[in-house]
Amino acid sequence: MKGVGLYAQRRATNFVILSLSMAATAAGLVVLFLILGALLWHGIPALSGDLFTRMTPPPGSKGGLLNAIYGSAVMTAAATLLGTPVGILTGTFLAEFGRGSRLAQAVRFVNDILLSAPSIIIGLFVYEMMVVPMGHFSAWAGTIALAIIVVPVVVRTSENMLTLVPASLREAAVALGTPQWKMVVMVVYRAAIQGMLTGVMLAIARIAGETAPLLFTALNNQFWSGDMNGAMANLPVVIFQFALSPYADWQLLAWGGALLITLAILTLNIFARLVASWSSFAK
Amino acid sequence: MEAVPQTRATALAIGGLAPHRMRRQRLGDTLFRGTTRGFALGVLLLLGAIITALFVGSLPAFRAFGFGFLFNSSWNPVTENFGALPAIYGTVITSFLAMLLAMPLAFGVAIFLTELCPRALRRPIGVLIELLAAIPSIIYGIWGLFILAPFLQTTLQPALIASFGRLPLIGALFGGPPLGLGILTASMILAIMVLPFIASVSRDVFQTVPAMLRESAYAMGATTAEVVRDIVIPHSRIGIVGGVMLGLGRALGETMAVTFVIGNAHRIKASLLAPGTTISATLANEFTEAVSQLYTSSLIALGLILFVITLIVLAAANYMLWRLSGETT
Repeated sequence: MKGVGLYAQRRATNFVILSLSMAATAAGLVVLFLILGALLWHGIPALSGDLFTRMTPPPGSKGGLLNAIYGSAVMTAAATLLGTPVGILTGTFLAEFGRGSRLAQAVRFVNDILLSAPSIIIGLFVYEMMVVPMGHFSAWAGTIALAIIVVPVVVRTSENMLTLVPASLREAAVALGTPQWKMVVMVVYRAAIQGMLTGVMLAIARIAGETAPLLFTALNNQFWSGDMNGAMANLPVVIFQFALSPYADWQLLAWGGALLITLAILTLNIFARLVASWSSFAK
Repeated sequence: MEAVPQTRATALAIGGLAPHRMRRQRLGDTLFRGTTRGFALGVLLLLGAIITALFVGSLPAFRAFGFGFLFNSSWNPVTENFGALPAIYGTVITSFLAMLLAMPLAFGVAIFLTELCPRALRRPIGVLIELLAAIPSIIYGIWGLFILAPFLQTTLQPALIASFGRLPLIGALFGGPPLGLGILTASMILAIMVLPFIASVSRDVFQTVPAMLRESAYAMGATTAEVVRDIVIPHSRIGIVGGVMLGLGRALGETMAVTFVIGNAHRIKASLLAPGTTISATLANEFTEAVSQLYTSSLIALGLILFVITLIVLAAANYMLWRLSGETT
């Protein structure tokens, strides 16, 4: 009965391989929950009224993260406002006007590279282009660095979403004598709005936690500052500095900040996926 | 709407619109098209501008050290003798180890999601794995520093030293005291971070395998593992390589997580448990503290090297994934 032995052996191999693949998935999920668990465990004790109402303290005294939360919010918002139009217009070119052209192919290729390019390089670039000529660190430089990261994300999603809009909608608009720009803005954008919104939300989620590009641009600021021309505190850099400090109260604040940022980003991410699944043409 | 008498005939001939309106529409179209093209060109130029800026910034360093910069292993801010070798070595070895650890896990996840997982759970589990990619680098860093590194220091690292530390050749890889921080810890964190990228690309290419091929194999009596080995993987080879390269590109440039756990030492040690550094960690740690022009310029030169390496890897990755999408659609 050699055949049965071979069959048993094949079944055994199959069982081992499938168990390993299941174990790999379980390992991935376990790590995710370990990270979230550690954030909650160490972060929740840091959550208090002070965290949201007081400035980053010198070591040994009480304080919160108000200036860092404000700085992160301002720079993230400004970078999104700057980067989104650039990304949408470029995506429009790729999906509407440049289909098949050499320029579009080159732009698509470069955009995919920028999408995964190391963010610290973007920081270096903005340092060279803005911080050196201006002579000082500034929130504007940080904003530009983040905006450069927003652009490729929005280009990618808006191109994909615009391409999904059925050609019949465009043809119907053109047949009515609509100029092309009006067709794109009033018909195609409207049809793809949910998908493009998803892209913008994913871009915000991406930059909200970016640290590396802010190190050389916005730097940090221990005090409240609304001045976009000066150094500005932001959550990621504060977490970086406080976590690596030897002071227990600073480390606690770092955990608190880490918990806040992760919750915000994961919520945004899940929400973006929900919006995408409502979108009429995705699928 | 005022009619302009002398051109009325032509206006009627091209659709009944008054000519000035027609012209305005054309102008609007040209402007809109031109604007979108302008921004697209801008994205293209951005890459060139980044390379140029880094190149100009690194000129003083290359002038001072020449090509020797790439092979010099000292990094001394006091005597201003800078070499890129330890940082390049650390970048390459951590990324290599990370890929070694992440690839089997990622393929396991992809196989599980396409072949094994109940349909209802596919999306939620896929999303959870992808959420690993959404967690910011700095969170991995703080987790690695306070949770993973102490854990490895007391469990895995002593075990590795005890079991391999005395073997003739491999022993050198596991020499030295268990510090917690170092090359191995950084590689493990990187592996977790690139896992979702490789897994989701692999899953997507596995799904492009025609159902007919798969079903034919099952009909011949193949087991699931055999279908994966003989049908799914050969069919999606290019895509898998593309996904792995994409993960590699991410690993090479990853900054904050590595900065927290690598130990930041400009030394090349054989032991994987020893602290080291990477290009990105060196930049994150030292850039704002660099005072002299040569120091800053050497750091920018490191950045340029990193950018060129990742550019090559990412270009290869995207090329492969593109060829694939060209084939399937």
